[in-house]
Amino acid sequence: MKQEAPQGVADYAPIVFPGLMLLVFFVLPFGTMIAVSFFRRDQGGFYTPDFVFSNYERFLSPFFGNVLGFSILLAVAVAIACVALALPFTFTLSRMPRRPQVLWLVALLSVLSLSEVIIGFAWSTLLSRTAGITNILVSMGLMDAPRALVPSLGAVLTAMIYQAFPYTVLVMYPALVRLDPTLLEAAKTLGASPLQAFFNVVVPALRNTLVATVIMVFVFALGSYLLPQILGRPSHWTLSVLITDQAVYQSNMPFASAMAVLLVLLSLALVGLTSMIGRKENAA
Amino acid sequence: MIARVLNRIYLGVLAIFLAAPLIIVAGVSVNEKQSLEFPPHGFSLSWYLEIFTNAEWRNALWASLGLATFSAALAVAVAFPLAWFGWRRFAPWTRIFQLLGVAPFVLPPVITALGLLTFWATTGFYGQAWTAIISHAIFFVTLPLVTLTLGFSSIDRSVVEAASTMGAKDGTVLRTVVMPLIVPYLISGYAFTFVLSLNEYIIAYMTVGFTVETLPIKIFNALRYGYTPTMASATVLFIALAALVFGLIARFGDLPRLLGASAAEEG
Repeated sequence: MKQEAPQGVADYAPIVFPGLMLLVFFVLPFGTMIAVSFFRRDQGGFYTPDFVFSNYERFLSPFFGNVLGFSILLAVAVAIACVALALPFTFTLSRMPRRPQVLWLVALLSVLSLSEVIIGFAWSTLLSRTAGITNILVSMGLMDAPRALVPSLGAVLTAMIYQAFPYTVLVMYPALVRLDPTLLEAAKTLGASPLQAFFNVVVPALRNTLVATVIMVFVFALGSYLLPQILGRPSHWTLSVLITDQAVYQSNMPFASAMAVLLVLLSLALVGLTSMIGRKENAA
Repeated sequence: MIARVLNRIYLGVLAIFLAAPLIIVAGVSVNEKQSLEFPPHGFSLSWYLEIFTNAEWRNALWASLGLATFSAALAVAVAFPLAWFGWRRFAPWTRIFQLLGVAPFVLPPVITALGLLTFWATTGFYGQAWTAIISHAIFFVTLPLVTLTLGFSSIDRSVVEAASTMGAKDGTVLRTVVMPLIVPYLISGYAFTFVLSLNEYIIAYMTVGFTVETLPIKIFNALRYGYTPTMASATVLFIALAALVFGLIARFGDLPRLLGASAAEEG
């Protein structure tokens, strides 16, 4: 049965329900959020319909500039660290026999599915004074007394890499599995060591995939909303944390919405860039 | 040879990195007293029992399980006709819906969460339990959409063609030929959504956080107001559940294929 163009209105029936669901519960909320970003905030946490730019004007403050700059830098650091860590790993993974490969995939999926709450809690425990790794270092005689390693930027960074690493591997996985094995064989026949083959053949062949993965992981890391809050100081808060904070604790929905709109634009621009890179790769 | 040893060490370090926080949490969860200590002092499984005996934790567990069960079902119900239509019909403009289905998953989750919060607040349903089910279903619809699209693309069209030349109608073909082939993908899509919904925090929190406590919300609230080892035991329970579900998918399905490795190269 080939794909056929719908013959009449009745043939469109199957997409009525999913279409409506997505329009009503995704597009409409999205629109509501954009509308609220232009509303005026009232005293007491409510807002009235209006068309003001004051919520967007707040972006011009140095405080907001710092938060935005920090969020982007943090996400860039996480993305680069994750891709650097995950590339050789995913390459090895894609060449493993089936059994260990599937075991690794199950482990990665399990970590990936973990709630940010759980990741934050687990790392805050691991880095705490009473139950943390410093206790192990003390018992090995490497340290004098256990101490807390949270809150700190290092803790935020480590936990975010932990969170994004399985995602990075799974984004890269299809491209690496499909990588032409004859490329490596050719390199080997021509006398390249495995490391040489990896850096001179695999990495260049995957250049576009790598760039696309960095962007995907960057957007993923931008979305981290709890880890900077649980493991960092207020100065380590990112745009996502600030949005949550404004919406829930300061009940300033218009400002939260305006920031969310900015985050959407930033993410969409980057995702658009990724799909352009992807298209180029397919065309090549 | 050296490269192989280095590779082993590299894999080992990564495995430790991934497992370390979970091992510590597992250790903390068996502490005998209510203390945050590792290595644990004494051994007790009472904190695991606490999840089921303490009404607050039990309710949170039930809320999470209920939310995951229903939202995953709804997500599949939305994704299935869309994926089927995309496979059966050639109608380029309807691709916009596939795109809409993937969007919430690609964008940072706070955005979808805030959008839904303003939407439910505006429509006056804010805080009702069922709004979380719809919210999660829409947020995670990407997962069954991807697995089902993959499933449909793997169906040999000539088999379907044969059935239809023999006079079978669309509905019959769907029921007798397509369904049996697609069920594994349907189950995987459901399972992925179930596990992720179970763990999801921000959307549940922004839509029903003030009226319903799911387990992640409960853990976060407990984290803010001090420490109880039940947080650790609940965490271990969740990890075990995720590993079990993905393990089952791997056991009965083709996990590498589901994650994008094409069948041809699998051998």
